[in-house]
Amino acid sequence: MNLLFSISSVIAIVSTLMVITRKHPVHALLYLIVSFLAIAVVIYQLGAPFIAILELIIYAGAIMVLFIFTMMLLNLGKETIDQERKWLQPQTWTGPVLLSLILLVELIYLLSKSSSQEHAITGMDTKIVAQTLFGPYLILVELAALLLTAGIVGAAHIGQHKRRVSHRFLEEYNE
Amino acid sequence: MNETLTYILTIVGELFSLLTLAALLIWVERRMLALWQDRLGPNRAGPFGLFIVVADTLKLFFKEDWIPPFSEKAVFVIAPAILVITVLLSFTIIPFAPGILITDFNIGILFFLAMSSLGVYSIVLGGWASNNKYSLLGALRGASQMISYEVFMGLSLMGVVMLSGSFSLRDIVEAQRNHWFILLQPVGFVIFFIAGIAETHRLPFDIPEAESELVAGFHSEYSSMKFGMFFIGEYLGITLISAMVTTLFLGGWLGPEFLPPICWFALKTFAFILFFILLRASLPRPRYDQLMGYGWKVLLPVTLLNLLVTGAVVLLLKN
Repeated sequence: MNLLFSISSVIAIVSTLMVITRKHPVHALLYLIVSFLAIAVVIYQLGAPFIAILELIIYAGAIMVLFIFTMMLLNLGKETIDQERKWLQPQTWTGPVLLSLILLVELIYLLSKSSSQEHAITGMDTKIVAQTLFGPYLILVELAALLLTAGIVGAAHIGQHKRRVSHRFLEEYNE
Repeated sequence: MNETLTYILTIVGELFSLLTLAALLIWVERRMLALWQDRLGPNRAGPFGLFIVVADTLKLFFKEDWIPPFSEKAVFVIAPAILVITVLLSFTIIPFAPGILITDFNIGILFFLAMSSLGVYSIVLGGWASNNKYSLLGALRGASQMISYEVFMGLSLMGVVMLSGSFSLRDIVEAQRNHWFILLQPVGFVIFFIAGIAETHRLPFDIPEAESELVAGFHSEYSSMKFGMFFIGEYLGITLISAMVTTLFLGGWLGPEFLPPICWFALKTFAFILFFILLRASLPRPRYDQLMGYGWKVLLPVTLLNLLVTGAVVLLLKN
């Protein structure tokens, strides 16, 4: 259990680093998918199978497909890779990396201090998740649904366009 | 120790029988298509032309495995493997018979949905990495088709989940002892089956590879065993959807006593595989926008309505 946890978290960290350093956008996205898969395994081991599988279905299975879909439509060629190489100079990333390293050391220190009391892992059934979502947090679910509806309406509004009839046979079909 | 051995035997046996079945389906499909279209079909090699399977496999293995120089090599190689891996992983949750089950996952149905949504990558990446216009068009169609039909696939299953009160496929089969869910969820059954055809991109929904307009769609550039992987993956996908329909709506291995449970499961699954082939023999391919419009304008409202009615009835019966 602990070994599986460490393996998948190491994979998650390495693949996330690869996402940042890859110059080709599709390769970066592929590493991001691997990172999501690894995080799903980590979440599963923390006792939340429902969230783990949602991570797979929604993030890895739907959102990332749309990202790759967009990449394919944009047909980014060699120029983007060159541009990315130009942007990813050591002088741009050394500063933030050093600062975040300090934060990481602090985080590790804090975690090592608090590890004396072992956190018990309790498995969460899908039923419990559903009962909490549709019980005390119902209003949040409803609000999220409203937000999504607004998004869909907006997308439908932007996406609509008047059909142009290019052939007399199609006129009837369009009306 | 004994339990571990049983599991290993189950896994090896399942893998062997699935791959054999997928290869045999090449022959079954061509013979059945011929029968329904009033032709003879492959009938020369061996009894009933059965050795066409061996000949086809040998041919695929010995063809030149050509990776186009203009392709994205690593992605190109990995794409067909993703399809077979995701489909084979989905089979781990299917209860073939009371004892023959690899894992009784408490979120079995969700795992199946996750695997089928990851399967999209094989088409998208395969089409993109080929660096070919036909492949790219096929991949675009495949991605939008599979993402859209996944939605209805997931929603159509929720009626079954409500009725059985579990995501575990074993519990769902057990819940069908009195009556199969096809009687209580006919709408869910039809929509799941349609979505299943679209997910496996089989005819009539094979627009990602529509050969009359796109050469071979997303796998135009694939040859030899890499093409074979897509081929096998498609037949495994058909078997998977048939097995899922059997498990979810037709009572899985349940059936009258005179046949063992595994036989009932195999019979029902095989009937659905034949139905897949019959659809291919009889239906024309819709246009791309017709397919998407049909999905979002017809299937989605019907699925939501089905969900609403099922929920209301379940609540009423509980009270």
